[in-house]
Amino acid sequence: MATTTPKTFVSRTQEFVTSTQIWKSIFRNKLPDDRRSRALVVLSNVFLHLHPVRIHKSGIRVKFTWCMGGLTFFFFLVEALTGLLLMFYYRPTVAYAYMDIVDLAEQVPLGVMRELHRWAGHAMVISVWLHMLRVFMTGSYKPPREFNWSVGVVLLVLTLLLSFTGYLLPWDQLAIWAITVGSNMARATPLLGHEGPGSALLALGDVPLIHSGADARFALLGGRFVGEGALLRFYVLHCVGIPLVAAVLMAVHFWRVRKDGGISRPL
Amino acid sequence: MTDAKDNAPSGGTLPPTAPARSGKPAFFSRRTFIRWSIPTGWTAFTAACVSGLVATGRFMFPNVLFEAPQSFKAGFPDEYNVGEVDTRWADSFGVWIVREQVGFYALISTCTHLGCTPNWLAPENKFKCPCHGSGFYRTGVNFEGPAPRPLERARIVLADDGQILVDKSVKFQQEKGEWEKPGAFLRV
Repeated sequence: MATTTPKTFVSRTQEFVTSTQIWKSIFRNKLPDDRRSRALVVLSNVFLHLHPVRIHKSGIRVKFTWCMGGLTFFFFLVEALTGLLLMFYYRPTVAYAYMDIVDLAEQVPLGVMRELHRWAGHAMVISVWLHMLRVFMTGSYKPPREFNWSVGVVLLVLTLLLSFTGYLLPWDQLAIWAITVGSNMARATPLLGHEGPGSALLALGDVPLIHSGADARFALLGGRFVGEGALLRFYVLHCVGIPLVAAVLMAVHFWRVRKDGGISRPL
Repeated sequence: MTDAKDNAPSGGTLPPTAPARSGKPAFFSRRTFIRWSIPTGWTAFTAACVSGLVATGRFMFPNVLFEAPQSFKAGFPDEYNVGEVDTRWADSFGVWIVREQVGFYALISTCTHLGCTPNWLAPENKFKCPCHGSGFYRTGVNFEGPAPRPLERARIVLADDGQILVDKSVKFQQEKGEWEKPGAFLRV
């Protein structure tokens, strides 16, 4: 005895919408209501296909993952969105930079936007460290995941560089001297820093190729000290250069989780 | 039907040698061309890529800097008072000129700890760095805080017109014994 459920208005509307060409041209699969169609949804979506098709329940226990990788990615998205909005007001020049930051807090509507960007930046640095800690503690760096651990180490460095380059942009005393101190480390770069080991080897006769006007620190700052050139370079690196590389490596990072056998599981 | 195909020997094998169009062997045959053009092409491609990378790297080093020049004329010696640390060039060129009884020396205003700019505190008779508290005597020698070595001195000489000429690109470090070198101290 087959029972037929009467067609309600909702189910009839749903049937109509999912049968239109617009719907069917966007969603190639039927509604994901069984195992196969759920897998197909993940496989046929450009964003979701980076993700493992299926994850074991024990692998995503919060007690096991701390959700730190996901939170780091979430903070990155917050940074991308709030940072993009800040770019509509902030001008990276010595004349405007500091006052634009003050205006963002005091004049621009939703003055908390810049604070959101700052807090999410701090949170991202913290969460990426905790993510690394939990991956280490659970042994998830071991083969076959050793390559993905290395990608993660590069992403950690990029996160710190994002934090470092963003630190200069408010252009207050703290920013200028912090970057002065921080960028002085580049003086000691082997071969390429003018106070680094081996830099004297790079010379044409008596003319040194590496000096305070041409070394790693100079390339970073666009000058001999933290000035207009440094502000612009750090702005470009902060807004375009590093996020671009980080986004590509994140795609690789997530893809490798899938390719290396999905998320690791408690023993 | 006078196609070349019809003249080819049957059995699907090629003739042992392709007949030369003229009787003589070609000076620059197709095979010679391939043997030389492929490595030449790859070499040229690699050279183009490398020179492109080098040029792009060079792009990051500007030719003109909008910052104070490394050397400057600092006026005539009689414009300085004996026994004073002169801070008039500190903001513009990053140099303090100290006038002693016997002459001058120029201290570069970059802290030897991490590169901040110390202040000259005349009442306390010392240079004090606001970043981490390094202190230097008026000679430039460090005595407190984390700075590991004395301030660097710049080359200071008299120019042809009798003015003091300071050149920051020539540095003298006390710990290397360079303060005794000519140019580190200007006797008048």
